[in-house]
Amino acid sequence: MENQTFTISVYSENNVGLLNRISGIFLKRHINILSLNVSESEIENVSRFVIVVHTTEKWVHNIVGQIEKQIEVIKAFYHIDDETIFLENALFKIESGLLFDEKQIQNIIKESNSEIVTVSRDFFVISKSGRRSEIEELYKNLKPFGIMQFVRSGRISVSKEKMEISALLEELKNKQI
Amino acid sequence: MKTNKISGAEAVIRCLLEEGVDLVYGYPGGAIMPVYDELYKFKDQLHHVLVRHEQGATHAAQGFARATGKVGVAIATSGPGATNLVTGIADAQIDSTPMVCITGQVGKHLLGSDAFQETDIIGISTPVTKWNYQITEASEIPEIMAKAFYIARSGRPGPVLVDITKNAQFDELEFSYKKCTGIRSYIPKPSLNLDRVKEAAELINSAKKPFIVFGQGIILGQAEAELKAFVEKSGIPAAWTILGLSALPTDHELNVGMLGMHGNYAPNVLTNECDVLIALGMRFDDRVTGNLATYAKQAKVIHFEIDPAEIDKNVKTTVAVLADVKESISALLPLIESKKHESWHNEFKELYKIELEAVINDELKPKKEGISMGETIEMINKHSKGDAIMVSDVGQHQMFTCRYAKFNSTKSNVTSGGLGTMGFALPAAIGAKMGMPDREVVAIIGDGGFQMTIQELGTIFQTKVPVKIVVLNNEFLGMVRQWQQLFFDKRYASTEMINPNFIAIAEGYYIKAKKVTKREDLDAAVAEMMASKESYFLEVMVEKENNVFPMIPTGASVSDIRLS
Repeated sequence: MENQTFTISVYSENNVGLLNRISGIFLKRHINILSLNVSESEIENVSRFVIVVHTTEKWVHNIVGQIEKQIEVIKAFYHIDDETIFLENALFKIESGLLFDEKQIQNIIKESNSEIVTVSRDFFVISKSGRRSEIEELYKNLKPFGIMQFVRSGRISVSKEKMEISALLEELKNKQI
Repeated sequence: MKTNKISGAEAVIRCLLEEGVDLVYGYPGGAIMPVYDELYKFKDQLHHVLVRHEQGATHAAQGFARATGKVGVAIATSGPGATNLVTGIADAQIDSTPMVCITGQVGKHLLGSDAFQETDIIGISTPVTKWNYQITEASEIPEIMAKAFYIARSGRPGPVLVDITKNAQFDELEFSYKKCTGIRSYIPKPSLNLDRVKEAAELINSAKKPFIVFGQGIILGQAEAELKAFVEKSGIPAAWTILGLSALPTDHELNVGMLGMHGNYAPNVLTNECDVLIALGMRFDDRVTGNLATYAKQAKVIHFEIDPAEIDKNVKTTVAVLADVKESISALLPLIESKKHESWHNEFKELYKIELEAVINDELKPKKEGISMGETIEMINKHSKGDAIMVSDVGQHQMFTCRYAKFNSTKSNVTSGGLGTMGFALPAAIGAKMGMPDREVVAIIGDGGFQMTIQELGTIFQTKVPVKIVVLNNEFLGMVRQWQQLFFDKRYASTEMINPNFIAIAEGYYIKAKKVTKREDLDAAVAEMMASKESYFLEVMVEKENNVFPMIPTGASVSDIRLS
């Protein structure tokens, strides 16, 4: 079985320690997490993890089984890239003078569909959302001018198919009573 | 208005009583002292057993849980007390043993300050617990304790650790207790899909060479009667994993023995001959399957299992019946045709004869001068008549115990299967005996493992718990030595043991003790031990360089099992 990129989505209770419990499942199998994002989900008090890994389908199946087994995990899914809409976000901090001295920077910003978030006397900040390759392209173009700081977020992703979480929660709630 | 305010520490005790706990194992220390103060006040209702090392508390709680089916409880202080629990917790996790561990923790205001005896036991225990939680407010205690017991015992059981900061033990709360009956993100028992049961029944009914392999799921799911009924109606030969041992009486005519690395010859070889493999409450551990690439490839596999994460984890199934095994076998039973499978049984019998001549006769009736481990187990069978709980440690003696011990009833084989924890047996035997005081409990331990938790002789002496301890002494770490002999050209690196006078040690703890060095003395010594009303220590000097066979070498196929 070949390695490929999988996006794992985990719906869970919002509890201290769960991140540690989930990351431990990858650690135990010596699998590197390529990116990790935790946020609120569409359901109140339910967190959503988006985890990107590069591994085989057998392993990702196994891992998702182990994640779902954790007491505070409601449901976990995995998808390949074609099954999701996904992007990352990046911030570039650049010296302000360059904006005026290097005309080309303005073109690079325009062509990359990124936006300037703030401009101060000393620096300005560009924000770029998109696929990894688009962010890397922008990075490559800005690099010769000097980047003061660069940061890229983990992948966030929504699936094309439905993830029936609300219905599942409703069902579980009824079951208990 | 009348209030019901009590301290957090008292709440912990009341929670234990609400959960029906009357016996806990533990060791006091600074951060858990408020709880111990309450244990003192409640000593008439809740018996606390002072062990000699916290690891002993976990193994005793495990032994109690495995012999009774109830949740075992272990208590320790923060820091080293808590870290000493970790081996037992990991053992309980991999062997699905219901256990609740309670640890003290430094006060909330000191968390993260590297305070005296502070350790991040939540972080440390996360990978080896089914669930864990740190209580920092007294008001959390009733709900968390209720969840802890619910999680430990429900579904596929496992260990839970509750860490309680010292302030939460001292502070007061309004106490009321409600048992936990469900957690929205947790489905302990998947609901049975009857279509899967029908598919399984069709495969079983049309099979020419069906084969049942069962594990501890039968015992944990209390499905022993269902298993027996299924085996008898279907006429299908059934073999067991070491944790499944005793779920079906060892003398049952359809019981064809032990699976895996040191299991019986026929069930291993015929795993690769059967046409339908029916796995009941077992997880295809690597010690059972050998090389997965050549494991039962010819067979259609039906997996009855409660844990969804086990389906297709190691062996690809044809039909997965995901449910509580008691429910699923009950649903299967009326759909199964009554059969005999005589010629298939004869294949097992033929292979058994080969094993009998090549291995078993030499082990049980040895011609060598030295006593064998197998004949010692056989001698215990003679006197126990298969009614004892056998608690084995880890190594050669464990394999001999599992291969040769006779069992008439369930929950009688207590051993560390998944983790292979040397030092397990002595404290586990204490727990098993305290849980089942009317049954005979015999611990079978090697000279290596005995010295890993030898201090628990102190617990036996203090509590007067009448366990029978048999040390099979070959003055070697026998299993490692066997591997060195077979796979490392007899380079016996650090496996020879220069042992102390075990009899003097046992007698130092005022435990009756006897040493046997000659075969002719074995019968009388075992008889004396079994007849003893008190604890008894029997050291048997066994042949130094005997090996456990059959054996599936690492990486080999089950059907390539070696007889010598």
